[in-house]
Amino acid sequence: MTDNTFTGMDELYRDFILDHYRNPRNAGIIENPDASYEALNPLCGDKIRMDLKINDGVVTDIKFKGRGCAISQASASLLTEQIKGKSLAEINKVGKDDVLANVGINISAARLKCALLGLKVLKSALALKYVEDPDI
Amino acid sequence: MSAIVKPQTHGLSQADVARIRADFPILDERPHGKKLVFLDSAASSQKPVQVIEAMDDYYRRYHANIHRGVYHISELATEAYEEARASVARFIGTPCAAECIFVRNATEGLNLVAYSWGRTNVRRGDAIVLTEMEHHSNLVPWQVLAQETGAQLRFVPVTDDGRLDLRNLDALLDGAKLFAFTAVSNTLGTINPVSDLAARARAAGAISIVDACQAVPRMPVDVTQWGADFIAFSGHKMLGPTGIGILWGRKALLDAMPPFLTGGGMIGVVELTHSTYADVPARFEAGTPAIAEAVGLAAAVRYLEAVGMERIHQYELYLAEYAMERLLRIPAVKLYGPPMSDRTGVISMTVGDIHAHDLASILDSEGVCVRAGHHCNQPLMEKLGVPATARASFYLYNTPEEVDALVSAIEKAKRIFKIA
Repeated sequence: MTDNTFTGMDELYRDFILDHYRNPRNAGIIENPDASYEALNPLCGDKIRMDLKINDGVVTDIKFKGRGCAISQASASLLTEQIKGKSLAEINKVGKDDVLANVGINISAARLKCALLGLKVLKSALALKYVEDPDI
Repeated sequence: MSAIVKPQTHGLSQADVARIRADFPILDERPHGKKLVFLDSAASSQKPVQVIEAMDDYYRRYHANIHRGVYHISELATEAYEEARASVARFIGTPCAAECIFVRNATEGLNLVAYSWGRTNVRRGDAIVLTEMEHHSNLVPWQVLAQETGAQLRFVPVTDDGRLDLRNLDALLDGAKLFAFTAVSNTLGTINPVSDLAARARAAGAISIVDACQAVPRMPVDVTQWGADFIAFSGHKMLGPTGIGILWGRKALLDAMPPFLTGGGMIGVVELTHSTYADVPARFEAGTPAIAEAVGLAAAVRYLEAVGMERIHQYELYLAEYAMERLLRIPAVKLYGPPMSDRTGVISMTVGDIHAHDLASILDSEGVCVRAGHHCNQPLMEKLGVPATARASFYLYNTPEEVDALVSAIEKAKRIFKIA
């Protein structure tokens, strides 16, 4: 018998989400990054750090290190794939909707913070870099 | 299905629990179209209709400010408020109702002690002894006190199976002004030997402060038998409303303490430049208090007394034992904390590599409510080496069938995460 009640959760935790959770892309840290930031979701303890290499206004490398739920970690992993090789101008346009499109589902309000933690870290790293070096 | 034979019901019979459940309207709710299985009472319990109606009755029939009006309904409200204090005093075994201060919650009670007693008595170089299993509410106020006074924080370590390691307690207590510890761990369910710890603090010349949030709702507590100097607990975890809690303290200590919050209701004589303060307990209850909540808390206490705290405790242990037995049979489930002999009905777990938040989301889709995260217990979680756990906690209205619902929701989570 099909378990209809479970469709919602099956949709949330599709294979590619579990794959990015268990095998995160661009995992690790970068020695001497050009931009870096770490943030914590104090409610659940999810943690993500991102390091970036930036050359001529282009993110040439990005790595992330974190711990947390499948949604936060997969979302960060997908985000790093999306922005690697992109210009800062392009990255500036990446927002909440893009991240949610990456994850590919409607997320309940309670889990939205998880899905958006990676984006918050990325934007914070770049914002700090701008403050330090407005010409980047 | 499992071949486990359910242990014989202890404490409460099936019929008792059916009657109890009928008193809790929220248990008829159907989140996501599923039967509500509420396994998060350690965070906050649900409320019986008797509590809800007592507060409703107060607002409908005799709401007025207390200790001020000379008119009839104000007298009724004052009487109900002071009767609530007397009910709580009886419930925790103190003959002196004035020793029970109404506060917002245990956190406020602990802060009251830290600010009022702490800032009067703790000096640079004194030691403040805590344990590694404290809830943030019994940790942060002491961190702040230590920072302000230059006192030193010391910690009783926790063993790998979640008990206090008391081997060096006397050395830790040497030179200590106060020892603050929890009666029951909110994360691991560990029951600590309160009377023994309080006696050892006293022998070392330190006062003892007990976080009783997880104890008072679920086991008989007698403050004279515990022998501690202060205990704090919250009403909302013991069938009562939010916004009210109790700080119990020894009268002699309370009498010597300066006010914490100041303003109306806590004064003796007020002149423009100075005032005298009221006696205990009014000295520590500045401003209009939570009157309806006190009335609700008194109804909660009556409810718990009518069922019987020893029976509630036994029933919770029975549920916890049944749950642990079933959970341990699920491959990939890991349980944290001490064996059943030293614990209450709080079960912290992880399932394979499923993060606690994902697990809780999937359980929620089945109507099963558990807490996920660090349970306001970050240092302990670091020590256990897990980022987060899912915590199921049981109370008098839960049933073995709800444990079964938890188990089958965990099986579903495992299927979704493709864990064997």
